[in-house]
Amino acid sequence: MNKYQVVTTISYPKPGANGKTGNWRIFKPILDKQKCVKCLRCWIFCPETAIKRNKDDTIDIDYDYCKGCGICAKECTVKAITMEREGKQQ
Amino acid sequence: MTAKSLVEIVFHGRGGQGAVTAANLLVAAAFKDGNKGVQAFPVFGAERRGAPIRAFARISDSEIHLRSEIYEPDIVIVQDESIIELVDILKGLKKDGTILINTRKKPKDFIFSKTFRVATVDATSIALKHDILVGGIPVVNTPILGAIPKILNKVTLKSVQSVVQSKWKGEQGILNVKATQDAYDTTEVNK
Amino acid sequence: MTMMIDTGNYIAAKAAIMARPAVVAAYPITPQTTVVEGIAKYVDTGEYKGEYICVESEHSAMSACIGASAAGVRTFTATSSHGLLLMHEMLHWAALARMPIVMCNINRVVGPGWNIWADQNDSISQRDTGWIQIYCSSNQEIFDTVIQSFKIAEHEKIILPVMINYDAFVLSHTSMPADIPTQKEIDDFLPAYKPHWKLDVNNPITFGNIIAPMSYYKVRKAMQDAQEHAKTIIPKITKEWEQTFKRNHGGLFEEYKTEDAEFILISSGALGAESKAAIDELQKKGLKVGLARLRVFRPFPTEEIIRLSKKAHLIVIDRNISIGNEGAMFNEIKAALYQKSDAKVIGYIAGLGGTDVTYKDIEKMCEKAVRGKTKTNEWYGLRED
Repeated sequence: MNKYQVVTTISYPKPGANGKTGNWRIFKPILDKQKCVKCLRCWIFCPETAIKRNKDDTIDIDYDYCKGCGICAKECTVKAITMEREGKQQ
Repeated sequence: MTAKSLVEIVFHGRGGQGAVTAANLLVAAAFKDGNKGVQAFPVFGAERRGAPIRAFARISDSEIHLRSEIYEPDIVIVQDESIIELVDILKGLKKDGTILINTRKKPKDFIFSKTFRVATVDATSIALKHDILVGGIPVVNTPILGAIPKILNKVTLKSVQSVVQSKWKGEQGILNVKATQDAYDTTEVNK
Repeated sequence: MTMMIDTGNYIAAKAAIMARPAVVAAYPITPQTTVVEGIAKYVDTGEYKGEYICVESEHSAMSACIGASAAGVRTFTATSSHGLLLMHEMLHWAALARMPIVMCNINRVVGPGWNIWADQNDSISQRDTGWIQIYCSSNQEIFDTVIQSFKIAEHEKIILPVMINYDAFVLSHTSMPADIPTQKEIDDFLPAYKPHWKLDVNNPITFGNIIAPMSYYKVRKAMQDAQEHAKTIIPKITKEWEQTFKRNHGGLFEEYKTEDAEFILISSGALGAESKAAIDELQKKGLKVGLARLRVFRPFPTEEIIRLSKKAHLIVIDRNISIGNEGAMFNEIKAALYQKSDAKVIGYIAGLGGTDVTYKDIEKMCEKAVRGKTKTNEWYGLRED
């Protein structure tokens, strides 16, 4: 699989190099699309790029990799994102 | 009840649930009960809150020379039931091994109870009942520790309670000791 | 005496303050951090009353220790991996200036690739600095060795710094029981430090002045002589410890079931403890393999190795590699035997990067070596995934 003739310490960026880190979540961000004003603050601040920006500037949350840190909910100026305890619905 | 000279235990939990603390307290109790060799350690590396993690404990009659990870445990302890879907908790478990699970279910509800000895305890409810919370999240550690003497005769409930009492002082200590007793009394084992 | 069940690092911190150093200067680095944290806790509780200097780097940590040691007081520090490497210049300085500083180094991989697990390449790469190097295999041994090391370092025939090495996480973060003597017992074993010389305005001296080539040549010879003396003084001090505390982890080596051995395994650190379980299994199978766990790498126990080689062939496991040559211990053991012994020496590299080495792995290595199937300096357990 090596691109080069020697083994290197180079690594390549790819989503989920550490597996589906979404399963680390204790709190889950829930988006209320009615309230969203497309300011994209959540998209800028998400440290995991788990906020997906759509063509019309609406957003979706990638729960496969969202670790539930809550920064998006904190940054949202219109409280369109709220944090809920994981597994609450079950 | 196992009568082996060396017992190896793997804890499965999530970062922040205190699997490492549980392993440490368990071996401290085991030492009190006269087991000369005890050892507790985490899976080495960066620990991340919420991520599935493991911790290990060894309990022996004599000094332990082993320093490597545990690959073939005698006991597997599952602090968070949701881990079962994410991690192969049965990996390497000895044929006569035991699985202790924090759950509302009963041993027979788990398919692997047909082949393995399974013990269940509702540690989350016990923690909530006795109000042992950190940051609003129930600490399942202590009830889990209370359940262990039910499945392992190398450790007594008395020693577990004495260790718990010295870890948490005052009111907290009393609540934690009550939680271990509750857990011990309500732990169910299939064989 | 009380029993303490705790990690290698917290036990090292306990030992460090019980040796009553007047100055501790350290900078935190994974996996050493809890040593620093442990000592800080003792400052908070008032159990440690010395000067605890928070510095901005390991280079400064060692510099602060050198300053304090030059002023005539007992000093302690701890580090790991890149921290040790950043100290490199001051390691030479401390040894050449004959400062009896004691340091714990938690053996960790050198990056990149970034990795915090056990590997001896950090300390092995500092072998020429003049420091005495001891490798530990249990938490009890860490405690005992920290106390003993001050006595070794401060001995009038040695006066050199001592580096106590133990494996990242495998020992630093593993809880095991250790018997902690009373402060009185420690004080009796290790009396207050009386410096042989010190910076003193009433009797001015200079450290590190310019010296002529022949003078420097003599300084080097004196360091070498001191290390030679250490070969007999270290076992004497561990014996003295044994008389009081009824335990001895070995002098330069710890031998385990070497009677009638046809092969002797030489390993060190946590692998040295794990090896005991492997030896038990091998002997059950009827294979005559014993263990000599190497505790002291500097001074290098040449005479002891020759003695072992008269009994048996040697199998060496190195958790380090001198890139471009071979495992450091394998290399030096063979050199020690040059024209002195016909014993075979079989070398393995294992556990680099913190890869786990179990007693079953060690068993396999030994069995293969005994059967004469091992290639020269074989890398055990490399996988293609």
